[in-house]
Parts: sequence; C-alpha cells; structure tokens
Amino acid sequence: MKPAPFDYHAPRTLDEAAGLLATLENAKVLAGGQSLVPMMNFRYVIVDHLVDLAQVEGLRGITIADGVLRIGAMTCQRDLEFSPEIETHCPLMRVALGHIGHRQTRNRGTIGGSLVHADPAAELPAVCVAYDATVEIASARGKRDVPIAEFSVGFMATAVEPDEIATAIKLPLWPAGHGYGFHEFARRRGDFAIAGAAVLVDAPNGVVKRAAITLCGIATTPVRLSEAETALAGKKLDVANIKAAAATARALEPISDIHAGADYRRHLAEVLARRALTDAACRAGATL
Amino acid sequence: MSTHAIKLSVNGKPYERSAEARITLADFLRHELGLTGTHVGCEHGVCGACTVLLDGRTARACLMFAVQAQGREITTIEGLAGAGGKLNVLQQAFHEHHGLQCGFCTPGMLMTLTELLRDTPDPSEVQVRDALSGNLCRCTGYGGIVAAALAAARSVRGA
Repeated sequence: MKPAPFDYHAPRTLDEAAGLLATLENAKVLAGGQSLVPMMNFRYVIVDHLVDLAQVEGLRGITIADGVLRIGAMTCQRDLEFSPEIETHCPLMRVALGHIGHRQTRNRGTIGGSLVHADPAAELPAVCVAYDATVEIASARGKRDVPIAEFSVGFMATAVEPDEIATAIKLPLWPAGHGYGFHEFARRRGDFAIAGAAVLVDAPNGVVKRAAITLCGIATTPVRLSEAETALAGKKLDVANIKAAAATARALEPISDIHAGADYRRHLAEVLARRALTDAACRAGATL
Repeated sequence: MSTHAIKLSVNGKPYERSAEARITLADFLRHELGLTGTHVGCEHGVCGACTVLLDGRTARACLMFAVQAQGREITTIEGLAGAGGKLNVLQQAFHEHHGLQCGFCTPGMLMTLTELLRDTPDPSEVQVRDALSGNLCRCTGYGGIVAAALAAARSVRGA
C-alpha cells in the first residue's frame, strides 16, 4: 500500500510543466491527487515522474466574460462549492459538488483532475457535458480547445495526450432564471455513485426552449439523453411531460458491474432523470 | 527516485527533514517527525483516520506526499490539547459523551470536527453527520461522536 518510487517535479510555470512532460518518459500530471494517489498507493499506477501542477501560476480561479464561465483546472472543488460566481451563474455545479466525495477530499480535489481522471460515475464531467463545455489543453506543441463531446473517448480515457495538460474549462452560461437539478444514487454518502442525472432547462413562461439532460454511471462516459431533450422542446413543463421524457431512459443499454446490473442502472437512470427534471422545473418556476 | 529537503510547520513548530518523493505526509508525520497521533488506516482516502489540517483545511494525509506540504502549515491531533495536555473543548466532549471506544478513528474525527466547528459554529445534526461521512468508525455507531460534536459546539458558543 505504498507507491513505487518516482521522481517529483514542481514546475512554476505552464511552459516549464509542458517542457517536463514533453521530455520525461512515463510521467504523469499530479493535480489534487485524490484519485491518482490512491491508485499509486495500490500500485495500479506506477510512474517514473510526477509533475505537480500545484505551484504552476495561472491555473486557478473563476472568471466570467461574454457569457462564458472559465474555471482554471487547478481550482479545488471546495473553492467552487463556496464560490459566489458558481452559486449565481452555475448553480447546477454547486448542487453536484455536494455529492463529490467528502469535504476532506473536496479540499484537495480539482475540477481539472476530475475531468481528466474521467471516472464514469463522476459528477463534474456530467455537469460539464450538460453545459456543452470546452476544455482548454496545453502542451509544448501548442494550445487547443476540445469540445466536451470529444473529450471523453472511453473508459477513464480522454483526449488529453500524455504530454498535455488540461488548463481550464469553459462553460457557456444559461440564461438567468433557468432551472437545474442534480440527483445521484450511492450506497453510502460520498461513495462513487451507481448512477446520477444532471439537468438544465430553460423554460420561459413554463414552455421548454432548451433542455440538457446528462447521466453519469450509466456508460463508460457521461451520456446525454438527447431523445428526452428533443421530446421536451416546445412542451409545457408538467408532470406528464417530465415523466415521458425520463422514460426515454428505458432505451439505454447501461454498463453492468459488481455494484449494479444493467437493469438496475436503467431503472435508476429513469428515476434520477425524473427527479432532476422535477427539481429543474420547480426552479424554473413551473408549478407541478 | 528523488529525495527532497522538506521544510514545513507542524502544530506551529518548524521542521526540516529530507524524504523520498513517494513518502506520504501521513508516513512523514509518523516516521520522520515521530508524531504518531495521525493514524494510517486504509491508505486510499476512504477511512479518514489520517485526516490533518493543511493550512487550516482538512486533508487526507495518506493522499498527499510530504514533498507537497513544502512550506505549508499542518495541524495534527497533537496540536489540539492545551498546556500540560489539558483536553480542549472538543476532546473533553468526546470524553464525556463516549465519542470513542478503540480510539483508532478519533484523531481523524477530531480534525474533521475542528474544521467543521470553526467554519460552522452552530451546526445541525445533519451537518455534523455530513461532515463525518468522510470518517469511518467501526466501534461507536457514531451516536456518541455526533453528541460530542453538538455538545462541543454548544459549549464553545456558551449556550
């Protein structure tokens, strides 16, 4: 239960960090370490070099410009949880953050780490997928923006190459007064969720203009319930329409593992989508 | 395998030691500094026994390397009691409310509750239980621990 030996590097600038990743063999980026270090302790992950981003300038913080919320990759989950900007402009994330691990891990865990680690049950990737976010990535080869839909490429695998660093996440904001809801099911508080649902809904005067419904824990990557989103468009936010939208989850073919079978996950997907949609409808001002 | 000169402060006292990069903060505290009050349970961030305060915020000492604590201020259970080993309000409440049996989880419980009561001086039982969700106890069933936390909060507020 102790990690294998490695060399530790603490660069001060992004260029320095990118340079290290470009030249070192079998190197890995260390963000908050709340997923990587357990994997190293178990020796699931054995690296020759760890490049710690903690001291790299400019990777923390929240800014809003031109309707886009930009979060530095090294911003820790606890800082997001208590950020007035997140509470005001991105309340879905605020609700989801309360479900991530425990306060002791949220004090260290970062949004960039959550995204790149890409656990199928993780909350923040699901929220970012609901927002159609964009991930900023940097390396010694240059910078690029990757749409979140192309970011997750498989089970705990992302578009971030071994020499690259996710530096920020950009979320296009939804209009003031939009509804949001997040529900998940885990056996114990703070455990990995078996399934979860993140919902955004813009419904001026109770009629759905736009909806985004994302599920986590169902497939190897977050899943958009696009059929439900289309079904809701132009409809009134009432109990029958919410039920019908959530019922589209019945067509899913979820993963099956030691924690839950596919049938159970399919059931959870529908129930959690319905609950998250119901919350979102109420927050958007609908009377159910 | 890199070795690093690590300077940090633990319970207000400065220390300087060298350690391999792979040494966790928990092992560093215990084996290099002899501060064995921080317990090592699961070593993968689940049990909470190794919880310490890092610049005032709770952190799993098994989920960070000592080298990451370079220049930081750590508080461990050894830093809670007053002069002459006099139990602080929270520790005394654990004593009075049967907040421990075997004592293995107690250091982590106390550090988590130290942060909670500092940030939330008047917590509800739900808030206490939510904070404690990251600390496992196999003996008490948590009843005594929750009672101790609420009693300590009342006592600090003078209620």
